[in-house]
Amino acid sequence: MGQTLAGLAQIGLLLSLLAALYVPLGDYLARVYSGRRHLRVERLVYRFAGIDPDTEQTWTGYARAVLAFSAVSVLVLYGLQRLQHLLPLSLGLPPVAPDQAWNTAVSFVANTNWQSYSGESTMGHLVQAAGLAVQNFASAAVGMAVAVAVVRGISRRRTELLGNFWVDLVRGALRVLLPISFAAALLLLAGGVVQNLAAPVEVTTLTGGTQSIPGGPVASQEAIKELGTNGGGFYNANSAHPFENPNAFTNLLEILLILLIPVSLTRTYGTMLAAQGAGGHRHGTALLAAMGTIFLLSLAGVTAAEVSGHGAALQAAGGAMEGKETRFGEWASALFATATTSTSTGAVNSFHSSFTAFGGGLVMLNMLLGEVTPGGVGSGLYGMLVISMLAVFLGGLMVGRTPEYLGKKLGSREIRLIALYTLTTPALVLAGTAVALSVPGARESILNAGPHGLSEVLYAFGSAANNNGSAFAGLSANTPFYNTALGLAILLGRFLPMVLVLALAGALAGQRPAPATAGTLPTHRPLFVGMVVATVLIVTGLTFFPALALGPIAEGLA
Amino acid sequence: MSTTTQARGTGAVPGPSGKAPAGRSAFTVRALAAALPSALRKLDPRVMVKSPVMFTVEIGSVFTTVLAVLEPSVFAWTVTLWLWATVVFANLAEAVAEGRGKAQAAALRRAKEHTSARRLSGRGGAEETVPAAGLRPGDLVVCEAGDVIPGDGDVVEGVASVDESAVTGESAPVIRESGGDRSAVTGGTRVLSDRIVVQITTRPGESFLDRMIALVEGADRQKTPNELALNILLAALTLVFLLAVVTLQPLAAYSGRPQSALVLVALLVCLIPTTIGALLSAIGIAGMDRLVRRNVLAMSGRAVEAAGDVNTLLLDKTGTITLGDRQASAFVPVGGVDPRELAGAAQLSSLADETPEGRSVVVFAKREFGLRERTPGELARAVWVPFSAQTRMSGADLGEDDGSVLRVRKGAAAAVLEWVRDKGGHPGEEVGPAVDAVSAGGGTPLVVAEWREGEPARVLGVIHLKDIVKEGLRERFAQLRAMGIRTVMITGDNPLTARAIAAEAGVDDFLAEATPQDKLDLIRREQEGGRLVAMTGDGTNDAPALAQADVGVAMNTGTSAAKEAGNMVDLDSNPTKLIEIVEIGKQLLITRGALTTFSVANDIAKYFAIIPAMFVAVFPGLEALNIMRLSTPETAIVSAVVFNALVIVALIPLALRGVRYRAEAAGRLLGRNLLVYGVGGLIVPFLGIKAVDLVISSIPGVVS
Repeated sequence: MGQTLAGLAQIGLLLSLLAALYVPLGDYLARVYSGRRHLRVERLVYRFAGIDPDTEQTWTGYARAVLAFSAVSVLVLYGLQRLQHLLPLSLGLPPVAPDQAWNTAVSFVANTNWQSYSGESTMGHLVQAAGLAVQNFASAAVGMAVAVAVVRGISRRRTELLGNFWVDLVRGALRVLLPISFAAALLLLAGGVVQNLAAPVEVTTLTGGTQSIPGGPVASQEAIKELGTNGGGFYNANSAHPFENPNAFTNLLEILLILLIPVSLTRTYGTMLAAQGAGGHRHGTALLAAMGTIFLLSLAGVTAAEVSGHGAALQAAGGAMEGKETRFGEWASALFATATTSTSTGAVNSFHSSFTAFGGGLVMLNMLLGEVTPGGVGSGLYGMLVISMLAVFLGGLMVGRTPEYLGKKLGSREIRLIALYTLTTPALVLAGTAVALSVPGARESILNAGPHGLSEVLYAFGSAANNNGSAFAGLSANTPFYNTALGLAILLGRFLPMVLVLALAGALAGQRPAPATAGTLPTHRPLFVGMVVATVLIVTGLTFFPALALGPIAEGLA
Repeated sequence: MSTTTQARGTGAVPGPSGKAPAGRSAFTVRALAAALPSALRKLDPRVMVKSPVMFTVEIGSVFTTVLAVLEPSVFAWTVTLWLWATVVFANLAEAVAEGRGKAQAAALRRAKEHTSARRLSGRGGAEETVPAAGLRPGDLVVCEAGDVIPGDGDVVEGVASVDESAVTGESAPVIRESGGDRSAVTGGTRVLSDRIVVQITTRPGESFLDRMIALVEGADRQKTPNELALNILLAALTLVFLLAVVTLQPLAAYSGRPQSALVLVALLVCLIPTTIGALLSAIGIAGMDRLVRRNVLAMSGRAVEAAGDVNTLLLDKTGTITLGDRQASAFVPVGGVDPRELAGAAQLSSLADETPEGRSVVVFAKREFGLRERTPGELARAVWVPFSAQTRMSGADLGEDDGSVLRVRKGAAAAVLEWVRDKGGHPGEEVGPAVDAVSAGGGTPLVVAEWREGEPARVLGVIHLKDIVKEGLRERFAQLRAMGIRTVMITGDNPLTARAIAAEAGVDDFLAEATPQDKLDLIRREQEGGRLVAMTGDGTNDAPALAQADVGVAMNTGTSAAKEAGNMVDLDSNPTKLIEIVEIGKQLLITRGALTTFSVANDIAKYFAIIPAMFVAVFPGLEALNIMRLSTPETAIVSAVVFNALVIVALIPLALRGVRYRAEAAGRLLGRNLLVYGVGGLIVPFLGIKAVDLVISSIPGVVS
């Protein structure tokens, strides 16, 4: 029972830390994105890049900037990988294969960090630091920028302007991600995570063989990997590797970093609404409540499935410990798995493929929900806002008014964008899975037969299209087919919704909001939170039930 | 507002065709049977394509028919038949809804047929008889007793009583006269007496009657903005499920259990939102129909929807909030006069006053003091002084037994006080304050005085005339407030009077000394703040405001200009009906939302029926999902399909009648509707599918 108590204490501690940081960080973010003053270093950046930081963009201008920046990022990252052997600090590694380089480039720019490669044996220090690490900051800052633009669209009235993408990008990276990850890296370092630029260490193992143990700038990358909900590990084993995540303290710290920004952004939302007189903190709290409800339900489910895992093998092993680190145990593994799949992070401290059928099914479901509980940095907030508007549209008519969110009407144009947004990722996941299961060559990548094999493929496309990046393992994904197909799923799953949600923000910003009255659907009360939770679950459930029935459900009920 | 308006407004007026007033009785098996041919005609793909959901079902039905022909089996034909039934039921819902308007349109058409016109040509005024269809705007026509008015227009000469029952269903004749706000006449109505000259204002085929026929028939029915948006969402849902079903096949094949195309189509039809897809247009038609039953013609569905969204109601004081005329409500004696004496003098001085105010004094004296009403002829030696606008007084000169004459007068305070001073009297200390007190309370003071020749005249007291707020309005306004709707009273009164009446009626705000421009400005101001405004109006000077308002209800008694400017016309000319219009708008939206929620919630049970049925052979563990314990995979699939079709028929009455609406705050309304249609929609299909399965599996030969 000590394990249960420790597990609960850990969850309690995590929630208290989040609660303590919620208001200060959330309000700080609101100030960062609302302030008119530029730091000196920012002005230098703007002057260097030829940007007028005081001009705002319409939704099309904003979307163009997002796409242009990301396209250039993909090209640079692809080039760095392909030309690795010609560049310094390559550790003597060869260039990355074209399909894998494409996959990796897209994946890191899209904040997904799906890794079909083994980090320590494929990428040299330059690619890791100048390519992947830079994108860890940039892709997260892009996500936050889009979220902030969407919030502006909701809170502003009668305008076409959503802010300046370049300013939002630079501020997010310089004022938010850099300082926090610097502090976090120090804490991780203190906790025992390695940080060096040395060549691999050769050691002699107990059995007398030799092993090459690479070091590297791990702590610094670990911090932004979690903080930016990136998830791309320095090592192939990711946060299960003792150099990335040595003990219970670093484990909890990493989980905290994963949840920190997505959770606090709901506060930012409320604060920015209040500043415009368009709503208040209660609207942000309602979103957080919906996110939190699903998160805690999922956590309870995964933990229960793992702790009470039945079957002879599990009993003999003393629990469902296959694929989990003994230094973390079932509780901490379940907590990490829930956090990482609920936030589009994709870092892992255990192997989700080895989870019980239902536990594995639930972490997969977390991703399929669209990464909104609380979701990735930025993407979680705008994803949840879109779902809230969908809930308003479905249920809002029942108060006898045409649907509106915070006074903004959801008419044909808005609902078309909302519907397309909601359609995008399920379409990518289902189509990708169907194709992968139909193409003969692709089927050979599946290492397990039956429903578990189906789960592996479904998980891979669910992870890619929702920009999570974690893998179920058991799938040989480094093939031209998977590198290409998953790369496409990642790219479309990231940027189609972004463009759609920016268009939605543009449509909403132009409206004159109707004042809230007793006849308006309240979008901050528990009833509404329940509606949002139900919408998330029902929309996902209805889309994926058949697929899940043939994967984890069939496996679990066997 | 004229007194005619009130008389006409209070009676419950049946529709022109004398249909049953309640919605539910209109839905019978007979109505269904009558609508069947029309429902089958609607199977035309060119018609079906307008509803993406039902069009998908139709394509699916055609597809399964082909499959059933190629590989016949009881299962295949059963599924195919029920898929077709699903489409037909959906068309049936629309046809029944339309059928209710058709009968009414036929009655209206009769009023239009073979009308000829007596057109005045040139300045000479020579008459020529032309067909009504040949009239152009600007033409002058003569109508005499017995003539049917050949087209919409304004009376430019004369006055006549007109029977408008063909349009309004109201049999009492109304007065139409040249000039002023009662000049509009409608084509198809009949002149009962006198002679009028009408200037035609509309082109043939665009008259009020034509528009009305088109409206009740739903001929040029356009999808409303919210209907369009909802259709987009339904199309998106259809796409999601199409995707889920299409991609299921490779997954099923991988799992070693590829599915027959028939089963996949059945699954698809069960999942896509057929319930709301089938009933959506019926809900819209029925909403318009509910307005027609209340004698309100909405010129577009958009206006009905806007009515649900209204935030502010502008209500004219007179006729809407108060009865048309002021009434006596108190006698205030001064100078120690006995109240009964004052009442007696007030009554006597008002007997010759035929204005409604004067009558109300007599009625009040009788009610409060038991004074018998005396007729002018009863008192022999009395000379009656009727009310006139010049003197602003009425009264009587009574011959006493001793030969002296007692003169009593009642009238506007200034006029009577001057009369008292004239006759050597002094008003006294108390009159001024009493008069001011009545004015301050929003009332109109009348002063009563008497003068016996040879004595100084003296003031007896003050009559308090006040506006009488219609009964039950306070409660209605409180309900509106609970619904989040603000009421603003519009009046020409001074602010003091307006404030008092506003407080008594319980409206949220008032606009005093309102000019048409003030009204327009108020509407613009409200709209600036994002609010939607509804108002009623009848005069030509209301036209700009009616056009500016989001919901502008013109009174049928009003001018053509007003009727053109508004987007609804109330045939009863009852301004209080604005509140009902708002409620009907809300009810329409709620019904749509409730059935959408119900439709989506239904899917969960269908998954539990169909998915285990599809895959239990390869994964026996999935039997655990068959929580309804359906007999066999085949009966499970058929049961889901049958339930899906039957639930449409079962909900037609609800779609036509509308979800029950209560005036209350949005939160409570949402809570209850979510419980009924959301949670209900979750549970009902589990029971329904199980019931259908029990029936099917008891038929011998079905379960092998």
